[in-house]
Amino acid sequence: MKNPIGNLNKVFDSRIRMGVMSILLVNEEISFNDLKKLLELTDGNLASHLINLEENGYIKVHKGFIGRKTNTTYSITRAGEKAFKDHIEALEGMIRGMK
Amino acid sequence: MDSSNQADQSLETLRDIRRMMERSSRFISLSGLSGVSAGCCALVGAWIASGLLRPYTGGALALESGYRSGNANELRLQIILLAGAVLLAALTSSMYFTWRKARKNGLPIWDHTAKKLLINIAIPLGTGGLFVLGLYYHTEWPMIAPSCLIFYGLALVNASKYTLTDIRYLGILEIILGCINMYYAEWGLYFWALGFGVLHIIYGLIMWWKYERGAAIKERG
Repeated sequence: MKNPIGNLNKVFDSRIRMGVMSILLVNEEISFNDLKKLLELTDGNLASHLINLEENGYIKVHKGFIGRKTNTTYSITRAGEKAFKDHIEALEGMIRGMK
Repeated sequence: MDSSNQADQSLETLRDIRRMMERSSRFISLSGLSGVSAGCCALVGAWIASGLLRPYTGGALALESGYRSGNANELRLQIILLAGAVLLAALTSSMYFTWRKARKNGLPIWDHTAKKLLINIAIPLGTGGLFVLGLYYHTEWPMIAPSCLIFYGLALVNASKYTLTDIRYLGILEIILGCINMYYAEWGLYFWALGFGVLHIIYGLIMWWKYERGAAIKERG
C-alpha cells in the first residue's frame, strides 16, 4: 500500500500558509493588509510565512505605492497553483481512502 | 494516529480552505433584513407617490394622463424629491442591517470584497441612472419604471459573483418584471412597487430564513 500522506505537501502543513494559498487561488491579487485581516495575524507572523511561500516559488510579490505609502500585493504563481491543487487532491484521496 | 481520525482531519482542512476562499472573495455580510427594510421603504414611497398622482389621474389607475397635465412641473419636483428620500432611506436602513450582521460575525464591513461588490454594482447601476436621466430629459416618462427595474436587475446579476449567489435570482426576476412593464407602461408605479417593494421583502425573508435564522435562535438561547 502507498504511504497515504506521501502526496501531502509539507509546505502546506501550516494552517497559515494553507490559508494564504486558499485566498490567493480565488483572488487575482491581494494586499498584505487584506491578508493580515482575513487571517487575523500580526505583521511579523504573516511576513515570515509569505517569505517561505515566495522562496518555494509558490507566490509572487509586487511592491507598489499608493501615494507615499507602500502597498505590497501578492499573487499565486503557476507552480503554486499546481502544488496547492495537488495538495487538495491528496487530502481528498485520504478521505476517500479511509471511508 | 488511526485512519478515521486522519480522514476527519483532512476533512477539517478542506473545510478551512473552502471557508477561506469564500470569505476572501465574496462579501457575505449582506443581511436578509436589509432586503426587507429596503422593500418596506419602496412600498411606503410608492404609496405616497400614488397619493400625489391621484389628483392628476382622476382616480383612474393609469398614470398616462397625469404625465401631460398642466400642473406637471410641481408634481415632477415632488416625485423626484420623494424618489431621493426613498433611495436614501432604503440605503441607510439596509446598510445598518448589513453592518450589524458583519459586526455580529466579527467580519470587517469595509474590505476588498465590499469594494469589489460596490464597484461591480455601480457600473450597471450608474449606467442605468444616467439612462433614466436621459429618459427624463426626453420626457419619456412611461419608460422610467421599466428602465429602473431592468438596470437594477442587471446590477444584481453582476453583483452575484461578488456576494451571496442567491441575489442572482432576484436580479433575473427584476429584469423579467422590467421587460413586461415595457408593454404595460401605464402600470409603471405598480410594477415598480412589485419589483422594488414586494420582491425585496420576499427575497430578504428567504435570505434571513436560509442564512441568519440559526444565529438569531442561538442568540436568544
